[in-house]
Amino acid sequence: MDIKDTLLRPVFKDNPITLQILGVCSALAVTSSLKVTLVMAIALTLVTAFSSFFISSIRHYIPSSIRIIVQMTIIASLVIVVDQILKAVAYDISKQLSVFVGLIITNCIVMGRAEAYAMKNPPIPSFLDGIGNGLGYSFVLIVIAVIRELFGSGTLLGIEILPLVTEGGWYTPNGLLLLPPSAFFLIGGLIWAMRAWQKDQVEVPEFRIAKHVAAEENA
Amino acid sequence: MSGNKDSLGRVLGVALALCVVCSVIVSTAAVVLKPQQEANKTRDLKRNILMAAGLFDASQTVEAQFEMVTTRVIDLNSGEYRDDVDPMSYDQRAAAKNASMSTKLSGKQDLAKIQRRENLSLVYLVNNTSGELDKVILPIRGYGLWSTLYGFVALDSDANTIAGLGFYEHGETPGLGGEIDNPRWKAIWKGKKTYRDGAVAISVVKGAVNADAAAADWQVDGLSGATLTSRGVNNLVQYWLGVDGFEPYLDNLRKGDA
Repeated sequence: MDIKDTLLRPVFKDNPITLQILGVCSALAVTSSLKVTLVMAIALTLVTAFSSFFISSIRHYIPSSIRIIVQMTIIASLVIVVDQILKAVAYDISKQLSVFVGLIITNCIVMGRAEAYAMKNPPIPSFLDGIGNGLGYSFVLIVIAVIRELFGSGTLLGIEILPLVTEGGWYTPNGLLLLPPSAFFLIGGLIWAMRAWQKDQVEVPEFRIAKHVAAEENA
Repeated sequence: MSGNKDSLGRVLGVALALCVVCSVIVSTAAVVLKPQQEANKTRDLKRNILMAAGLFDASQTVEAQFEMVTTRVIDLNSGEYRDDVDPMSYDQRAAAKNASMSTKLSGKQDLAKIQRRENLSLVYLVNNTSGELDKVILPIRGYGLWSTLYGFVALDSDANTIAGLGFYEHGETPGLGGEIDNPRWKAIWKGKKTYRDGAVAISVVKGAVNADAAAADWQVDGLSGATLTSRGVNNLVQYWLGVDGFEPYLDNLRKGDA
């Protein structure tokens, strides 16, 4: 087992968002401020790692007929625990994350790793695989959040970087970046950049568009 | 139990064991963390109240600052205090939805688009250091463009001058309607008058207020790009300061016999 490979492969080579296109929903919703994004990234990484760990440790006992339900129950319990802890220690952030912590349950990355990796591998590699995929998700979220917060509100982690016109500075913020659709453009741009750099990630087109031909003039 | 991983007994056994373990973990977390969560919620509410009144000082704890605030329950219809209701246990949001504790508003009355108005409301009284009433903070709410805005308006002791206004929960567009959170806009409210010749006169106007106009003391600049949110704020402030809102109570307060 190569620890470094298990941890880093999902960040660039096999990124859950840019290559597998999973977990995009929460990537749109929680990236308008960096602080919230960081908490979300940590929460998701912990949930993925521990759910993979627990699922992998009992993988020999899980009957295959109810394996999805077993995985969901473990993931859901972990998410509830994380949500409860956030409400107790980081109340303001948990208010901003609102339903999205709960929605980690439905985040395809968590389920995907449980089903694809943890069911077939021992607990420690599964744990590392969870951390790695969490890092891959975090990497993309942080890149997007930095762009959105910096150019949307002129701040990073709430600290003013670009003084806004409304506060007497010179920077006119881009309001679109505060709205969820902007993350679509950014993720799209990121996927393009990743695939331009790692050429092997480019998928073979499923079909080719036929060459355009001018309609023949009626005689 | 049979050796077969997919036998009925095995399936039931695994499911049962898993459910027991998970429910124990989840309920332990919920029970252990509950006191801290409740404390956070109360602290958050208190901070919102103080922020609306412009009294919040980040260098001190919320609890210490809230010492000077007295919470009381009033009857919105008569405008009198109801000391038989415990303000600590009164849940105003739940009361507004409960048919026996609220009144349905007719379309004409319902400026703020809240549909039902609770019969009793909490008010927060702030005393100055010599023990006299300094500010009164009133909970307000109403519909903006996308969402119900929940907030507080603070009035000076003459019950006619706004000391502050703030919303702690809303779902308006960030950068447009969301600018109701902008401290610079909120600061405009301070010092504005609410009643003129006994009627609610405060309003949010479109664009900037003409400072020379006779009504300038009763007008607040609208938010650019957020006409409907501004209109919602205008309506909800007028509603809550009007006869169906806190006017009976504020009248009593002014006469000194509330």
